[in-house]
Amino acid sequence: MKEKYILEYSSAVVDDPVIYTLVRRFDIKVNILRAEISPGQEGSMLVELEGEDAKLAEGRDYLASLKVRLAPLSSSLSVREETCVHCGSCTGVCFSGCLTMGDPDWKLAVDREKCIACGLCVQACPFGLISLKFGE
Amino acid sequence: MAKSYEEINAKIAKGEAVVLTAEEVSRMAAEVPPAEIAEKVDVVTTATFGAMCSSGCFINFGHSAPPIRMESISLGGVPLFGGVAAVDAYIGATEVSPEDPSYGGAHVIEALVRGDELLLKAHGKGTDCYPRRNIETWVSKKTVNEITMVNPRNAYQNYAAATNSTERVIHTYMGSLLPRRGNVNYSTSGELSPLLNDPYLRTIGVGTRVFLAGSQGFVAWRGTQFNTTKPRSEGGVPESNAATLMLSGDLKEMSTDFLRAAYFEKYGVTLYIGIGIPIPILDEDMARAVSVRNRDIPVLVCDYGVEGHPAIARTNYEALRSGKVAIEGKSVRTASLSSLAKAREIALLLKAQVASGAFPIAPPVQALPAHSSVSSLAIREKSR
Repeated sequence: MKEKYILEYSSAVVDDPVIYTLVRRFDIKVNILRAEISPGQEGSMLVELEGEDAKLAEGRDYLASLKVRLAPLSSSLSVREETCVHCGSCTGVCFSGCLTMGDPDWKLAVDREKCIACGLCVQACPFGLISLKFGE
Repeated sequence: MAKSYEEINAKIAKGEAVVLTAEEVSRMAAEVPPAEIAEKVDVVTTATFGAMCSSGCFINFGHSAPPIRMESISLGGVPLFGGVAAVDAYIGATEVSPEDPSYGGAHVIEALVRGDELLLKAHGKGTDCYPRRNIETWVSKKTVNEITMVNPRNAYQNYAAATNSTERVIHTYMGSLLPRRGNVNYSTSGELSPLLNDPYLRTIGVGTRVFLAGSQGFVAWRGTQFNTTKPRSEGGVPESNAATLMLSGDLKEMSTDFLRAAYFEKYGVTLYIGIGIPIPILDEDMARAVSVRNRDIPVLVCDYGVEGHPAIARTNYEALRSGKVAIEGKSVRTASLSSLAKAREIALLLKAQVASGAFPIAPPVQALPAHSSVSSLAIREKSR
């Protein structure tokens, strides 16, 4: 099983080798897609976690015990699709294949599973319809 | 076989006219020769929905008691041009609020279309005939006399696609362009685009009725930067920015379904407008022109990372729509900035309006220039 999460650290945990522990103790493959530490030393990390279901569950419990907040990535991208005019500007900067447009209807298609929270679409949308919660 | 405007209008009146969208006729042309299309099809509808910076409106606010000769004016916090009579003003789409550079004239225009009330502030020096010096009041499209849209340059006949060869992201009116030619952005509706379906402007000229943001507007004049000198394809289609239209219409009849304010990051405010133009199929030549397919429409790709935006590749709309084009051997992703979905919606709406007789077809009152070129602005000393 493979899932993308945003890990949100408080300043108290920033010094802990959390990723090392996930790999060593729970045999979870961690792919870090993006990481940020804010001026107050709080951190956000976009990770793809892959492993056996049971181990993943244990790993999530471990993170919870450290008070590392674990948010599924798909919940952090918001596209106000009802007012979208389907211009396509966001698709030009979306390299993960989350935002696409093409035949037959040329309307914006959003596949949240593919989002890697790069944030380029937020600025690319001329109508300000996209927001992304990451590192805030 | 040639057809006159009168014959086409008679068929429309009888409910017998065959009206197709430009995409429908392009598909038909794969099997049907132009002579037969000229016989079978009477009108073809074209459309586009894209960013058109050179847009704006004249507003006449009406006179207050006592009256004011408005000089410095703002509406919804955005400055207006007040150098036209006492209570006339022009709001340009790209004007911005001094408080917020991402909010501007286009947003005020959209708000007016929506029917919002906006704060009008104006100052005048006070004259014998216009004694008031300051005014603050709320206005909407219901309270003002006229809001006449006059867009100096709309509906570009083709527009070069954009890429960026530098090492950093650049933010342009062609969207966010990623480093090292990371993407190519383009902005026309291709085979559905109005002026690409009548490349020599035989049926589009001064006085032509157009679908303008949901209303019936007109071609007022040639658009600014009107250029007939661009190289053309075999079918007569120019390979980059060429002819343009100055369009005018009544904002009070427009709809926010077809007019939207936009902000391009680190560039500024602009206005997306939906435009549709019906093209009468007068003869075989017009049938051939409207049969143009995306693969037959050439377009240059320009490098916005280099001064002067030089062309670095030539492609066509079929390739751009495929999602990837080759530039110097490298496959580059493409994206549209104008909405094909909206353009199709407009073309279909216009098709129904033309077929029902609600959107009359007429010859232009005056042809647009057959020869016109564009000058650049030289930095120079005064002539002796």
